[in-house]
Amino acid sequence: MSESINPSAAQSDNPFKQKKGWLQRKEKIGINLLRLATYIIIACALFIFSDIFIKGMPTLVTSEVPYINTEFFTESPQILTVWHDSAGNEYSMTQEKYDIWLTENPTIEVTDIHNYTASGGGILGPLLGTALLVTICMAIALFIGVSAAIYLSEYCGTGKLMSLIRLAILNLAGVPSIVYALFGWGVFCYMAPNYVTEISDRSLFAFSIGGGYISFEGWEQSLLAGGCTLAIMVLPVIITACEESLRAVPKGFREAAFALGATRWQTIRTAVLPYALPGVLTASVLGITRVAGETAPIMLTAAASDKSKLPTAVLADEGFWSFLTQSVQALPFHIYTLAKFPDSEYVKPMQYGSILVFLLVVMGFSLLSMVLRSRIRKRIKW
Amino acid sequence: MVNSSTSQDSHTDPALIHINDLGFSYNQGKTETIKGVSLNCPEKQVTAFIGPSGCGKSTLLRCINRMNDLVETSKITRGSISIMGQDINAPDVDAIELRKQVGMVFQKYNPFPKSIYENVAYGLRIQGIKNKSSLDEAVERALKGAALWDEVKDRLKESALGLSGGQQQRLCIARTTAVRPKVILMDEPCSALDPIATAKVEELITDLRRDFTIVIVTHSMQQASRISDNTAFFYLGELVEYGATDKIFSNPSVQQTEDYISGRFG
Repeated sequence: MSESINPSAAQSDNPFKQKKGWLQRKEKIGINLLRLATYIIIACALFIFSDIFIKGMPTLVTSEVPYINTEFFTESPQILTVWHDSAGNEYSMTQEKYDIWLTENPTIEVTDIHNYTASGGGILGPLLGTALLVTICMAIALFIGVSAAIYLSEYCGTGKLMSLIRLAILNLAGVPSIVYALFGWGVFCYMAPNYVTEISDRSLFAFSIGGGYISFEGWEQSLLAGGCTLAIMVLPVIITACEESLRAVPKGFREAAFALGATRWQTIRTAVLPYALPGVLTASVLGITRVAGETAPIMLTAAASDKSKLPTAVLADEGFWSFLTQSVQALPFHIYTLAKFPDSEYVKPMQYGSILVFLLVVMGFSLLSMVLRSRIRKRIKW
Repeated sequence: MVNSSTSQDSHTDPALIHINDLGFSYNQGKTETIKGVSLNCPEKQVTAFIGPSGCGKSTLLRCINRMNDLVETSKITRGSISIMGQDINAPDVDAIELRKQVGMVFQKYNPFPKSIYENVAYGLRIQGIKNKSSLDEAVERALKGAALWDEVKDRLKESALGLSGGQQQRLCIARTTAVRPKVILMDEPCSALDPIATAKVEELITDLRRDFTIVIVTHSMQQASRISDNTAFFYLGELVEYGATDKIFSNPSVQQTEDYISGRFG
């Protein structure tokens, strides 16, 4: 009889005693490296958020009822004037209030006047502008994006050309936003057809219609140009996400509908789209987050750093087309303007307040998309 | 086994579905999945397709209502299928109209995540029927026909996904019968069900046979022998033997059929 290949172990006090060696040390080092990397990320995020929160919060709240700085949310950015009187007292007010103060106190000698752009007042203009840009952008992007996604996932096949198109769309998502910005600037601001009474010099082509002309001279820097540029920028994201959520709808639904004699469009409308809708919704909320944060396209195609009239007032006074072709303020661009005064204590409240509001808006949308997604996961069981 | 008076030589019965030397390919004709199959399915009888996995029985079933059109590279390589005397692959045949007459029940029960009522009414709604009372009537008739009415009549507005698997499959059958097709194709309708639910569906199929021509693909030979009038045995895309179920199961003429039925292969 041959010897057992698994002889019974010699008796010792603990057969499973922990060994100490290079292997064990490597294990520990590995774990701690991974842990360190995670802590670094958390530390960065915490530092950024707490810094903005601590410095921005005093701008947003007041110590008296209603505890919220209403001026910050109901006024547009204005020039902040800082001056000293002869007694050495320091004043800082918006330029308008400074003018009033001057007429009220004609006797006081004013010295050392400084003006800071967009640092007084509030952020109603940029907030409204961003909201309008996002609305127009999403209206265009969702219509085109969902249609394209339906075509790609339901109608067209899987040939070589189609994989090429899909690849192209995926690649578009990686194009830097400044490229989209310049594209939108060139096409929408300088080439898009506009209805005018007098043809501008740079018009590419014009023909008369009614009392005026349709002239391909662009919309200049405007809500419409900005919305269209942002829409093109976010399209790849929306198409890809929508296509994925359409594909996630079980094949059985389509087959059941077809087998009952439904046409392709009937099948899509009644047995596919309703069940893909939550996914489409999540994708569009994520798209909103991305679009709202873009600066470069807005700077080139839509922005006005300083504008006294609210976009809604333009709608009321000058009609819908003027509303669409007006330039608007936007939150990211407003923040960029403020960043020109990095160290001024007078500008700081506006800087941090704007950034905090911006951050809260974007985080709110992210949170919304997360909540939506988890609710969908819970609900869908097929 | 069903009464033998109807199951004489099925080839001489008035057939509703004529399949004549059909060849079918999933890849533009490079290889044939179905290689020249000819058989006739008599009206208001149950025809069962049996055979090992990959023998082409489900593919053939999907040719009968042109569900294979949805596979881009599919192609009929030869032969024809005619239903009620009409070649279904003729250029002037609309697959949509065909499928209204040739319904299908799938292997995995697939009710829509809607109410029970809406599931049954779906086929009628897409045909443009909006009248509430005629919808109500059709839903009730279909559910009664599927022996499901008594179980669900108090919860028609509740989600179909709350039903048991067997109930969901019977709901899918009701959804198919609601549009009153001539033919119902069933692709392994019981393979996802437990024995009790299976027995109920089989009972239902035997009932439906009065009103519909049924073609059923099944993996279970016992099931084929219990519910079908005619049985076709396929192997590797070819029809090995086709005839009355009694004869196929008691005295098959081809050795291969006997081997498969007795469990020696497959």
